[in-house]
Amino acid sequence: MNSLYYQKRLSRNIGDKFFTSLSVIFALIAILPLIFLVTYILYKGGSQITPELFTLEPNPPGDDLDAGGINPALIGTLIITAIASIIAIPVGVGGGIYLAEYSKGGAFSRFIRFGVNVLAGVPSIIAGVFIYALIVSTKILFGSMYSGLAGGMALSILMLPTVIKTTDEGLKLVPNELRYASLGVGASMYTTILKVTLPSAFRSIATGVVLGIARAAGETAPLIFTALFSYYYITGFGDLFYEMGSLAVLIYNFALEPYDAQNKLAWAASFILVLSILSVNIFSRILAAFTEKTKRV
Amino acid sequence: MEEKLTLFKNRKRFGIEKNIDIIFKNTALVLSSFVAIILLGIILVVFFQSFESFSRYGLKFLVTSEWNPVKDEYGAFTAIYGTLVTSFLSLLITIPLGVGTAIFITEDFVPKVFREIIGSFVELLAAIPSVVLGLWAIFVMEPFFRAFFVFLHNFFGWIPLFSTEPTGRNSLLAILILVVMLLPIVTSIARDSLNQVPKKLRNAAYGIGASRWKTIFSVILPAALSGIMAGVLLALGRAMGETMAVTMIIGNSNAFSWSLLSPGYTISSMLANQFGEADGSQVSSLFYAAFVLMILSLVVNIFAQWLVKKFSLKY
Repeated sequence: MNSLYYQKRLSRNIGDKFFTSLSVIFALIAILPLIFLVTYILYKGGSQITPELFTLEPNPPGDDLDAGGINPALIGTLIITAIASIIAIPVGVGGGIYLAEYSKGGAFSRFIRFGVNVLAGVPSIIAGVFIYALIVSTKILFGSMYSGLAGGMALSILMLPTVIKTTDEGLKLVPNELRYASLGVGASMYTTILKVTLPSAFRSIATGVVLGIARAAGETAPLIFTALFSYYYITGFGDLFYEMGSLAVLIYNFALEPYDAQNKLAWAASFILVLSILSVNIFSRILAAFTEKTKRV
Repeated sequence: MEEKLTLFKNRKRFGIEKNIDIIFKNTALVLSSFVAIILLGIILVVFFQSFESFSRYGLKFLVTSEWNPVKDEYGAFTAIYGTLVTSFLSLLITIPLGVGTAIFITEDFVPKVFREIIGSFVELLAAIPSVVLGLWAIFVMEPFFRAFFVFLHNFFGWIPLFSTEPTGRNSLLAILILVVMLLPIVTSIARDSLNQVPKKLRNAAYGIGASRWKTIFSVILPAALSGIMAGVLLALGRAMGETMAVTMIIGNSNAFSWSLLSPGYTISSMLANQFGEADGSQVSSLFYAAFVLMILSLVVNIFAQWLVKKFSLKY
């Protein structure tokens, strides 16, 4: 009769206890540093935030105690990310439309899907090396070498797989009945796609694309020898063809400076970068969860 | 009959609409082939740029570690070794931690709300830019671990891995920051594949009297293994190509050393450091190193995809 009750000292129960505590310990080891990391970045960076930060140019390291602001890098990040989006979103959405709507699972579409996964795994610095060889060293863009435009192109290579994948997967979730209905009332294929399938997949595609943009905004490796860095205000359209600063490269450069003022600027830039990336992420996750609930009508 | 035909005539599409349809389809086709063009372009460009160095040094480039722009002697052994060691060792630490965390959040040790919060928190961490992690590593992690490294050297200095006096940035710190970067990847992929294991299997195992961890080790983990392996390989690819955090903390020295407590190099950190100022045959040698890195990560990625396809769950 006794054997029906839970026995603490049974070897299997001891083993179970052991592994359970081991997994709790592993989870703690994994999660605690991560919590510490985020709070430290937000605390340390947040305490450096001043209004002048957003309006001033950074001072070159070394000559005085005041490091200035991060205005050019902030604007630069926005511009470079915008360029990358302008290139990657149309190409990626178009490619995703082909994969989901037109291809019939043949060799070509399998090859492209494979290529998308491989491209997603290419190290980000290789994208920088590629653009350097193709655009920076050849001065193909009207004779300019390092430029914000080249940096945007390098980032677009990293964004492209994400955009294609989310478009492809978002469109595949649209029920076929919608397509049949649209084609059945006489709409052509492109009308069906533009007026029926794309709008109904819009939210999931938008979520994926926004996440892709947020990830690209924090990429540094592709920018360090394509867009390089600049200390000066971005004043006009022509500045696209010159070196352009970005928050990510500013953090990299100023973290390695021996001066305290520059290091503080790097922390402040990290705060802004992390806060905006995290809020975009949280917001789009909430949106995605909301969509999922309403979709199953 | 006559009437019917005119009706059909009106229902025909206009030529212009047909053309728009065809143009739309072909544009989409061209845009989707951009992926292939870019991928091939990257491989070809990096290969041809490295050709000069490749024909001069051949495979000797991979096994010598002289990197001397003055004498024009180049070999990337230190960087290749550093890439492999940092990525494999970091993975070795990450796998038990990541899979353990994934088990923790897929089992019912704590209420579901907590598990979901932990899960989405871990996923959010994957979004933190690596350059920020690098900054954190320089100013928080390095001072924090300094005493521990001295201890490691004093007590385990006879092991070649810890044989040098720790002085600031080193390979071990790069491994630790890589662990922080890889944890979210491994944890979230392991969690997804553990969640995909059908509940029936668990119930069957419990039904014949297996304990919780017997079930996990003999039923759940084997069933989720292909997904976890694929996640691990993806993380390996990420670790190999990871640039910023590693560059900032590894110390960037081309002098070869077995010790993890001495400054090291990886291919990507070498590229990040030298590409901007390089000229002449150094550029070609850097492209050669980039080519090696690309092949490494391509192999790992393609293998991961093959694994997913080959061993994906079939129930």
